[in-house]
Amino acid sequence: MNLKELYQEIILEHGKNPRNLRKTEDFNKDAKGNNPLCGDNVHVYLKLNGQRIVEDISFEGSGCAISMASASIMTDLIKGKNENESKEIVKDFLGMIKENPELKSEKLKEDEKTKLMCLSGVKQYPMRVKCATLSWHTLVSAFNEKKE
Amino acid sequence: MNIDHIKKEFPIFDEKIQNNDLVYLDSANSSQKPKIVVDRINEFYTKQFSNVGRSVHYLAVAATNLYENTRTSVQKYINAKDKNEIVFTKGATEALNLVANTLGQNYLQEGDEVLITELEHHSNYVPWHFLRKSKNIKINFAEINEEGEITLEEIVKKITPKTKLISITHLSNVTGAILPVKEITELAHSKGIIVVVDGCQGAPHLKLDMQDLDCDFYAISCHKMYGPTGLGVLYGKKKWLEELPPYQGGGGMISEVKKDRISYGDLPNKYEAGTMATAQVIAFDQSIKFLESIGIENVMRHEADLVEYGQELLQKNNSVKLIGNPKNKGGVLSFTIEGVHSHDIATILDEDGVAIRAGHHCCQILHDKLNIPASARASVGIYNTKEDLDQLNDSINNCKKIFNL
Repeated sequence: MNLKELYQEIILEHGKNPRNLRKTEDFNKDAKGNNPLCGDNVHVYLKLNGQRIVEDISFEGSGCAISMASASIMTDLIKGKNENESKEIVKDFLGMIKENPELKSEKLKEDEKTKLMCLSGVKQYPMRVKCATLSWHTLVSAFNEKKE
Repeated sequence: MNIDHIKKEFPIFDEKIQNNDLVYLDSANSSQKPKIVVDRINEFYTKQFSNVGRSVHYLAVAATNLYENTRTSVQKYINAKDKNEIVFTKGATEALNLVANTLGQNYLQEGDEVLITELEHHSNYVPWHFLRKSKNIKINFAEINEEGEITLEEIVKKITPKTKLISITHLSNVTGAILPVKEITELAHSKGIIVVVDGCQGAPHLKLDMQDLDCDFYAISCHKMYGPTGLGVLYGKKKWLEELPPYQGGGGMISEVKKDRISYGDLPNKYEAGTMATAQVIAFDQSIKFLESIGIENVMRHEADLVEYGQELLQKNNSVKLIGNPKNKGGVLSFTIEGVHSHDIATILDEDGVAIRAGHHCCQILHDKLNIPASARASVGIYNTKEDLDQLNDSINNCKKIFNL
């Protein structure tokens, strides 16, 4: 059934034990996102080095299993990537959640793609797409944040 | 009273929702519509349509009479003293904004205090917040007790010499607490304080008697009352509606318009600028007839039975935690499940055709107080049965299974 596709083991596991659910104390970029309709909120912290590579990424917030799992998987994948690679992955992910049948980015390894594809069940639940994409949009805001 | 017969009056229950029978437990959000209401809208547009209160042709006069008939029905249904105390608005939200805006223009001054409660829906907080910004009034919050109630004692505690107005819900859309509005009003009036009541949840589920309640304003949402969307009612005591300025300017609300002066129309036209939700008003008469045909006492007894049954069921269900336990409770069962977010609950229940609400239900202040980001809410209407609540419980168990609880 659809529900099984939506709530796969890996999503439930990430939802229950989200990775990087903490605050990077020496972050240099951050952004907050919220979904006013449901009250979900997320705060993404980035630590970028001189080459604009993500040395650390973390998040704080609360939300449903889908949003927590999505943020958790995202932080796992983005760590170690540079800004441009990260943004390409975000674009690819958002495309997959909305319309594309699969992920195209060459910046993702096969096992990373498999992990991300677990979230593709959300497609059948239009009201839940925002849950899955909130942290990703917030990540882009964090990258684009202007801070002295 | 035969609920199966009542349910048959609602065409939506003939529909399969994603191959399921609909178990509609979202009436606090909006109620379903009986056939007579739906048919009345169709009939009006098909055979009787005209704008009201303007032209003199046959259809216009007939439509105006129908429109005014509903005003009289509402007056009788809520036992208001005067027909002109009934103002149609685009919803309860507009009704509350109308009150805040006009009292803000003519009555409330800098430093005055408005007392609301932690139970309030955003529509009974944000309009007062506008006045906090524009006029520097202060907003105080009466706090809930352990059971999710607002007691008279708490209101007494929060009244200060500067309190000019108390604006409270009649029935909480989250904890289900029914507030002692009559007692609060009596107390407030003894101190010269105005009382505004958000009756969104009260009007569909409680017996209304404005003269007995004695509040100054009462806001009603018609779509929660088996009526059409886009329509609300503001009850206001005549002395206030006469004294306060108009809310919106436009056609229909004026008496005379010159280049250098404008005078406003009499009640209730003064507050009904522009073409109103005519078909909705006319169809709302059928909603009142529907409620009257059942009898509000019967509605209240049926819904009280359902809530008691649902409460017992959910209390017995491990890991389900009910929000609030008020002595005087309306048809709302809000809950959380340890380890499952309310959106996940709602999505999983939906798969079985069980429609509930998830989120903060426009009550972020309350959810902050309870220290939860969101909750799930099942709310009942006249068409619900104990079987619906059994299905709710079964689907909650399925949800727990999916989450390995």
